[in-house]
Amino acid sequence: MSDISKSINKVDNHEKISGKAKYVSDLFFAGQLYAYSIRSTIAKGIIKAKKVPMLPEGYQIVDYRDVPGNNYVKMIFDDQVVFPETNVTYIGEPIMLLIGPDKEEILALVKQIEIVYEAEEPLFAWTQSAIHYHFDKGEGNLPFARAKKIISYEYETGYQEQAYIEPQGMSGYLDEDKVTLYGSIQCPYYVKNALINCLGVSPNKIRVIQATVGGAFGGKEEFPSLIACQLAVAILKIQKPIKMIYEREEDIISTTKRHPAKIAIKAAIDKEGKISAIQAHVGINGGANIGLSGVVLSRAMIAATGAYTIDNLDIEGDVYLTNTVPNGAFRGFGAPQMLFAIEMFLEHIAKDLGVDPLTYRMQYLAKQNDLTSTSGTFRDPIVMPEMIKKAIEVSSFKEKAKLYQNNNLFRGIGMSFFLHGCGFTGSGEQNHIKAVVRLKKDEFDVVHILIAAVDMGQGVRTTMRKLVAKVLGIGIEQVTYNLPDTDFVPDSGPTVASRTMMIVGGLVARCAKKLKDNWQKSREQICEEVYKQPEYVKWNEDKMQGDAYPAYSWGVNVVEVEVDNDTFVVTPKHIWSVYDLGKAIDERVVLGQADGGIAQGIAYGYLEVMEIETGKIRQKNLTDYIIPTASDMPPMETYIFDNPYALGPYGAKGVGELTLVGGAPAIAKAIEMAIKHKVTKIPATPEYIMELINHGKN
Amino acid sequence: MAKIDFRLNGTDISVDCDLSERLLDFLRTKAGNTGVKEGCGEGECGACAVLMEGRIINSCMMPMANVIHKNIVTIEGFAKTERFKILEKAFSETGGVQCGFCTPGMIIASESLLNSNPHPNDDEIKIGLSGNLCRCTGYNMIIDAVKLASKLGEGLW
Repeated sequence: MSDISKSINKVDNHEKISGKAKYVSDLFFAGQLYAYSIRSTIAKGIIKAKKVPMLPEGYQIVDYRDVPGNNYVKMIFDDQVVFPETNVTYIGEPIMLLIGPDKEEILALVKQIEIVYEAEEPLFAWTQSAIHYHFDKGEGNLPFARAKKIISYEYETGYQEQAYIEPQGMSGYLDEDKVTLYGSIQCPYYVKNALINCLGVSPNKIRVIQATVGGAFGGKEEFPSLIACQLAVAILKIQKPIKMIYEREEDIISTTKRHPAKIAIKAAIDKEGKISAIQAHVGINGGANIGLSGVVLSRAMIAATGAYTIDNLDIEGDVYLTNTVPNGAFRGFGAPQMLFAIEMFLEHIAKDLGVDPLTYRMQYLAKQNDLTSTSGTFRDPIVMPEMIKKAIEVSSFKEKAKLYQNNNLFRGIGMSFFLHGCGFTGSGEQNHIKAVVRLKKDEFDVVHILIAAVDMGQGVRTTMRKLVAKVLGIGIEQVTYNLPDTDFVPDSGPTVASRTMMIVGGLVARCAKKLKDNWQKSREQICEEVYKQPEYVKWNEDKMQGDAYPAYSWGVNVVEVEVDNDTFVVTPKHIWSVYDLGKAIDERVVLGQADGGIAQGIAYGYLEVMEIETGKIRQKNLTDYIIPTASDMPPMETYIFDNPYALGPYGAKGVGELTLVGGAPAIAKAIEMAIKHKVTKIPATPEYIMELINHGKN
Repeated sequence: MAKIDFRLNGTDISVDCDLSERLLDFLRTKAGNTGVKEGCGEGECGACAVLMEGRIINSCMMPMANVIHKNIVTIEGFAKTERFKILEKAFSETGGVQCGFCTPGMIIASESLLNSNPHPNDDEIKIGLSGNLCRCTGYNMIIDAVKLASKLGEGLW
């Protein structure tokens, strides 16, 4: 049998290339109306009046008064309202919907609506902590008392917008008394559960169906539940099909983004120049509500020592609430912020001690059986030394580093080491998600994969079918996998956290094996698997102690750059990546994830600028929020190391997020080498580089 | 409202429309050409790209008034050509498609590029595609797709 990694033609290539694939905005229902959001123009205040002109027939307003159930979007906390009743808490917050048959007319009417506010003093400073976490490892901060030297730095990371090319949107109708919604979503059951809560109806009165998703990157994890709740309330009230597609500007100003972070780290250095302890504080800006920020913070903190083992740690963090757009899930989920900080920090310690950064970092690389940051165990083999060797060879890292360090060529090369915990943090899979997968074989011996995992471009419709076909020893055409529809698929959990292939695919593979063992020709058979946490995984959520993840993927990125010595514009010249993701279920799919992930990762480090001033986002469209174009991307080479994980299907671990998290530190180190000044903030824009050259530390 | 004539995907048509209506809206809502996507509405992302007289344009920036007597080809029309088949094969083999939302626009951009330059080098491809944003692929596989199409489609462009 051929190796499962050998690539096949993706099953959705034809429908996507020919334009036949139906995204949510491509669905038209008879008699469909359009919905448009009226948004807060102030950062904080009380709504005193909503002045709505006489609306023509067929046009209606929908607001909090129409919510039949609970007026909040069910997630972890109950602090995101469906529609605000009296208080607005950020600019862009959707207050109500205007609904009607003609889009142009709606836009004209929206201009005549006036919301009267009593403005309140908004909070923009990071002072109000909504969540505080802390954990220690080993002796905690005790080694600081006997340290020979203490080295400390502060790092800052900016916003990042997911910038999926397809804006957010949903469309739906009432099917008798059942609300049916199609959406550009990552998590059909998050949406369904949110609807049950806000409509106050039983689960069988809600149906959520995934439309083809035009990119998501975490941006369509929790946010679509808000759109869904608002739209469903409107559909129930008006009893007609309604569509709500965000315009790009609405999407940029009002949807969740990557949390800006401020990370202060200090290291206790002993008399041999070794790190005896690290103390860090991770602050992230949650925006106007908590949402997923606590989970983002915990992932950031758990990544505190990146790919290294440090014996003594004292790590704490806070989610700060401010009157700004709520932040949320974005590929990497807290890890990119922390990995930038720790990767730069080790580099900076080495430089301050006057030793070679690469050699210095290598001595701290995590090894099998080492304790993780949260005192769990790295149980599986770690092949980072071999991976690093490969990265150094293919990129000529050492020769280039020597050349660039010793000359003023405005060239630099940077290398990051990193890991990414696969699946939900801690006991999330076991306690919160409880994934169920189902395979159904019909009388024609066609096997249907019934799971809620969404293909948002990462190729899961192909890889999941390939996996089942391989286990069963049948052709991929004998296996189906339709876009998830909650009326037909069980809740296999959200499509997030690099869990789809490792966790859901693992269950699917075990289910397929069971089906194979009991295969009865021409008979209908159904087979189910439910997630069970491996017994050895122990996690104490309150103390943040134990195995935060069942497995880890690992990576090395090398980025070479040129910095213009007049304009300080950074040009990436070449990227090399080496990954251990267990086993690729389809090599080309993985290479595609690798290319796209690092493109977003380096852009986070040098290009993508989003600024907020008195609560208002200054970038409003893809004209001023700049993401890489074809001209910005250098050649990329990716090498995959097989290192199969026992519980992953064919050994597969997580891929999607891993490929993003190392990009920013790699390019920041390259820039640092090119300009010979320490980079402590991303994005490293030309303005910042100029500031560093004029006033920065060497 | 005015009556205008133009050619859409090889057929001469005569339609009543508002002259300021965006070609994008006409194509999607009235002509059912939903392969033409709206990503930004500001002419930046290229998801709405179509061919006008064989050259790429952003249909979100094109009022119907400027379409009069023009030859417009959308992905739906282009999908019937031999050149499309080559591009489809090339994009599939190189991995140039992920979420697919930018893909019809990328195919149109590739056609427009190859039409004017059948053997583009890397820099020419990058410039040719730089009006089309993709957030999934990092572009390398798309660039490879255009190179492969140029090779496979020798003589077609």
